[in-house]
Formats: sequence, structure tokens, C-alpha cells
Amino acid sequence: MVARSLAQAPFRLWTFNGGLRLASHKAESTWAAVTHAALPKRLILPLQQHIGSAAKVIVAAGERVRKGQLLAKADGYISAGLHAPSSGTVAALREHPIAHPSGFSASCVILETDGLEEWCELPPPLADYLAVTPAELRQRVRDAGIVGLGGACFPSAVKLNPDPSVRIDLLILNGAECEPYITCDDMLMRERARQIIGGLLIMRHALQVKAAIIGIEDNKPEAYAALVRALAEYGMEVEGISIRTVPTLYPAGGEKQLLRVLTGCEVPSQGIPAEIGMVCHNVGTAAAVFDAVMEGRPLISRYVTITGDGVRNPRVLDVLIGTPISELIEQCGGYNREVKRLLMGGPMMGFALQSDEVPVAKGTNCILATGGLETEPAPVMPCIRCGACMDVCPANLLPQQLYWHARSKEFDRLQDYHLFDCIECGCCAVVCPSHIPLIQYYRFAKTEIWAQQREKQKADLARRRHEFHLERIEREKQEKAAKLRQKKAALQETFTAEDPRKAVIAAAVARATAKQADAKLVTTADAARERDT
Amino acid sequence: MLTAIIALSVLAGGCGLLLGFAAVRFRVDGDPIVARIDALLPQTQCGQCGFPGCWPYAEALAAGQAEINQCPPGGEAGIQALADLLGRDPKPLNPDNGTVRSKMVAIIDEQTCIGCTLCIQACPVDAILGAPKLMHTVIAKECTGCELCMAPCPVDCINMVPVKETLSTWKWPCPVLPGDALPDHRAAA
Repeated sequence: MVARSLAQAPFRLWTFNGGLRLASHKAESTWAAVTHAALPKRLILPLQQHIGSAAKVIVAAGERVRKGQLLAKADGYISAGLHAPSSGTVAALREHPIAHPSGFSASCVILETDGLEEWCELPPPLADYLAVTPAELRQRVRDAGIVGLGGACFPSAVKLNPDPSVRIDLLILNGAECEPYITCDDMLMRERARQIIGGLLIMRHALQVKAAIIGIEDNKPEAYAALVRALAEYGMEVEGISIRTVPTLYPAGGEKQLLRVLTGCEVPSQGIPAEIGMVCHNVGTAAAVFDAVMEGRPLISRYVTITGDGVRNPRVLDVLIGTPISELIEQCGGYNREVKRLLMGGPMMGFALQSDEVPVAKGTNCILATGGLETEPAPVMPCIRCGACMDVCPANLLPQQLYWHARSKEFDRLQDYHLFDCIECGCCAVVCPSHIPLIQYYRFAKTEIWAQQREKQKADLARRRHEFHLERIEREKQEKAAKLRQKKAALQETFTAEDPRKAVIAAAVARATAKQADAKLVTTADAARERDT
Repeated sequence: MLTAIIALSVLAGGCGLLLGFAAVRFRVDGDPIVARIDALLPQTQCGQCGFPGCWPYAEALAAGQAEINQCPPGGEAGIQALADLLGRDPKPLNPDNGTVRSKMVAIIDEQTCIGCTLCIQACPVDAILGAPKLMHTVIAKECTGCELCMAPCPVDCINMVPVKETLSTWKWPCPVLPGDALPDHRAAA
């Protein structure tokens, strides 16, 4: 209700706590129009590119597949399918290093491309999306393997299907893209504004909401203008949609922060926006939904920013999912000096890659190669309790307390201080005068707590199974004893009742006693006779 | 005087009745402290503590007949948790009970297994599947790594291997910094 009235209210913006004004470094990669990246010889497609269970492979090695064909299907409700980004042959199903902070390998489909770009038969376009039920739209989004392209990679169909008990009043499209260097959403809004608005209309119908806001940071005037133009090209159907610029302040693109700025509402601690009647999607997701519904095209490519002072010609490319990063760097002129760090994501929230052979995944928005001195870590000093971290925390947390407890591994206390509301934006670490790697501590603590929870679950399972094991052994013992008793009783019975041998024995015993008695009688009679005589 | 005695007697009697009723009505079955101790134990049911399973060890701890440092799978964290719960001083793990090792899982060499079912009977959590004269296998997800199946195996076909870390179980490492070596600000002051 609040959300609805806010969407219709005159233009007003709110603020969130803290935040940072960072050098944007966006112009480096937005100088050129987006082009398609060259088709790589081999595509590496991890089965797990989303939150939820990994997709299940439905093709075999050696099989020929066409562009857009389903390679692996969604396994369960919270999962997403995987499609062939190009035509070719499935070379192998094996482990390959993927973009993950651990540097681990994961199951991938390796696809040798044939360069023919031969499309498979796509599902028919649903041009009149208003005539289609929301459930059908969700199914289409699900079939297209669409996940949130803002970085979290949550299956979009699930997000378009909110709990029926809550009423959704407002759809927010996130085009803020607040992190320095990252420009893929900016370029997408400039070049595919019509598709974004179209996708927004479809999502609005799928969610059955009227009001929608597109939020853009005010450092992207071209994107804003393109969206306004595209909105004007649509007819009456865009009523209820507004485009708003928000001040450039990192991390205004965080879901909760953007909601706060646009509506003044706070998402509850550890909650989701749906709890306050809102749903937030990324602009890239909207464009992907448009492609899936209007053209039947699954999610097989995305815009990726390749930037940083370690790359010769930084730019944004339209990249097929599964393209190795090394090839993208090559197409941007290669590395231009000794690169110190290769990051996936931006400088604030990205993670270091251990190899450039890892593939682009659905959630890859930026490849950042840095070589300058700026990345040289400053020496870490002890915390002086200045509180600067608290002043900039956009999640209203106490980063310093979290740091002390994480350092002394007091995980219960960390949860009391709402560790899981931390969005790992990195503001606290940037302002820390002692250069303490705070985010590393929070990430460490989060994964440690999850591991403890997993262990606890495993222990509970083992306890139940052990209890059942003891119960089973006890039951078996009792059953065995009961059976033995029964057998014994049965034996006794057959022994006492109507056994012919027993009768014979009894008769024999009777005869013997009778004979004995007779003999006794005879001897007594004889003795009497002798006495008489 | 008499009134006071009568009043106090009635009051005492009333309280006695109330307490007696409460003792029957709100009776707690079993010892709740045992369940709380058991919740802290790792449930491997390995018996390294010298008791036949985690629950018997918990009972012994509650009765004060066991030390808190007898559980190797629980490790240092387990000892600390027990110390906190029972109000005892934490002490290092008793080496007689074993050493702390990484998480293990049993693997049956299926080529060598003769299907004797001895390991199935030994497994405290029923994590081994098989039938007489048929190959056995371990349900890795259910295995607690207790090693109880190894001893009874007549052909020595069960091996313990460390649990492999996967993407979903991977943990960020704790930052180890030169700053940790610096004196704490309080120590420096």
C-alpha cells in the first residue's frame, strides 16, 4: 500500500546511511558502441551459474547441438536451465576451472563451435503478452534459463512468482550500476532501451502490478535519455512507469539501498523486498525477458565490460556465455603491462581470478585487469576504533564490532550484530585508516557460520540415524527372542500332546509297573504259603 | 500464639501440596543436561571417548564420570563448547582418545568386497548398503567417518579418505595479516 502511494507520489528521493563518492572510471569503457565478441573455438559452460541446484545435463559427449538448444535442464524449482550459445559439438562433460574465489573446478559442458551459428527451433514468440497468463510467462522465463543479471544470479522466474500471501504493489528496475568501472548496464540501457521497457511491461504483467520505477544513477545521462525516448515510443501501455535518476553514491545500486532511495522504505533485516510489497529486477534481466517472450530466445549472451588500466582498449562486448576471458582480453587489445590482478566484478565487490582461462557466466558483468600501483595493499595497522566504518555503512551495521567478533571467531555474537545483513559493499574497508581488510573478515565469518550450520545438520541427521539404528537392533533382538519363545512353546506342546511314541512309552511304563506289582503279589502269596506250611 | 501456629501450618501444608502437585504435573523426563551435552557432540558415534556412542558419553559427562577432553572429532571447538556449558576449565584433547583429524569418509573397494555384511552390522548410522554375497557400498552423505567399519572387514577393503571440498562447502580463509603480529592497541597503550 505504501509502495503504491509512493510510486504515484510526486518526485521525491530519500537517502540511505553512509555510502561513498568514488571515482567512477566509467568513461574508459563507454567510448565505443557495443560489438559482438568473436565466436570462440570452444565454449565452457558451467552447470552451476545460478543460486540453487545445478542444472542436469541432457546431452552426451559427441552430440551435435544447435544454437539455443537446451544442454542442461533446471533441477528443481530454484534452478535454471543452460542453453547452447552457439551451434557445434559437445566435446566433453568434465571439470574445468570456473570463475569462483576458490579457484576450484566445476562440472562444465565443453562445446566445440562450428561457426555455422545454426539456430534450433525456438518456441513461438508471445507477441501479445497481455493475452498470456502470468504462469505461462513465468514458464517461458524459466525455459529460457534467465537468472538475475545484476550479479546475484537468482532464477528470475522464482522472483516473478511471489508468495501469494503478500501483495506486490511496485516493480523496480535497477539500472543504477553504482560500482566504479562497470558499464555493461549503462551500455545496455543506451543500446537496448526498447527491449528493457518491453521486458519491464512483461514483468509487470507477470507480477500483476501497475506501478514501476526504473532507477538510474545521474552519471548516466545517455542511458536516461535513451530510456525516456524508448518509453515515449510505447503507447498508453506504459502508464504507471516512471524513470528516475538517483544521486551517484556508491552503493546506490544495491537492491535494498535503491529501494530506500526511491521509496523511503526499508527492507526488513534478512528479508526480501517482497515482504514490503516490492520486487526489484536488473535492467539486463528485463531485456533477457523481452528476448525470451517476444522472440523465444533463451539467455545465451550478455553484455560484459572489459576494463581496467591493464587492458589496452577497454570496452563493452556482447559476449556468448561460456567464452573464455582470455579471448575477451585479446579482443580488447590484450594486456598492456604486467597485470597484477584480474578481478571478476568491480573493484569494490569483485573477487580475484587465479586464471584467465575461466569462462564468462550468466552473472559476469565486468572483467577488471589492474596493473597500477593503486592496487598495492597498504600495510595493515591495528583498529583505532575511529568509527569511520560505521559512518559509511549503507546497511546501518556496526562494522567495527563485526570485525572484533569475526577476528575472535565469536560467531554467535556476529549474528547478534546482523552479520548477514552485510552486503559486502566494501565501503568500510575503503575508509578504514588502518587498512584492515574488513570484508575478508565478514566473508570468512559468513562461510564459517554456514559450514557450522551444515555440520550441525549433519550431526542431527547422524543422531537420528543412530537412534533409529539402536531402536532397530533392539527391535530385532526382541523379535528374535519372541520367535525363540514361540518355537520353544510349540515344541513343548507337540511333545506333551498326542505323541504316539509317548503313548507307547506310557503304556510300557504301565505294563512294567503292573508286572512289578504282580510279582510283588506273587512273592507275598508265596511267603504266606511258606509261613502256613 | 495458637493462631500463628495454625496459620503457619496451613500455609506450609498448602505449599507442600502445591509443590507435590507441581512435582507430578511438571515432571521432566530424563536429564535435560544430557540432551544439551549431546547436542554439542559431533554424533560420529565413533566410541573414541571410551563410551559406546555420543549419548552414553553425554550421560557420563553429566554424571561427572568423564572428562570433557575425550572427543577427538569434536576438536578444540567441541571441548570449548563443553567447557562453557558445564562450567569446567577447557583442557587439551587427551591423546589417549586420539588426535584431531580432517573429516573423513569411508570408501569400499568394490573389487575386493566379498559381501560379508560385517561392516553393515558395525556401522552405527546404517550408512552402508549391501546384502550377503553382494557388493557393499557406503552412502557418503550419511557416513560420519567413525572408522568402526574398518576393523571387522575380513578383506581390508574399506579405506578412509578425506572429504573433498566442493564449491558449496568452500570457505573464505581467515585473513592472516602482518597486523596480527603487531601488538594489540591495548597492549601497546
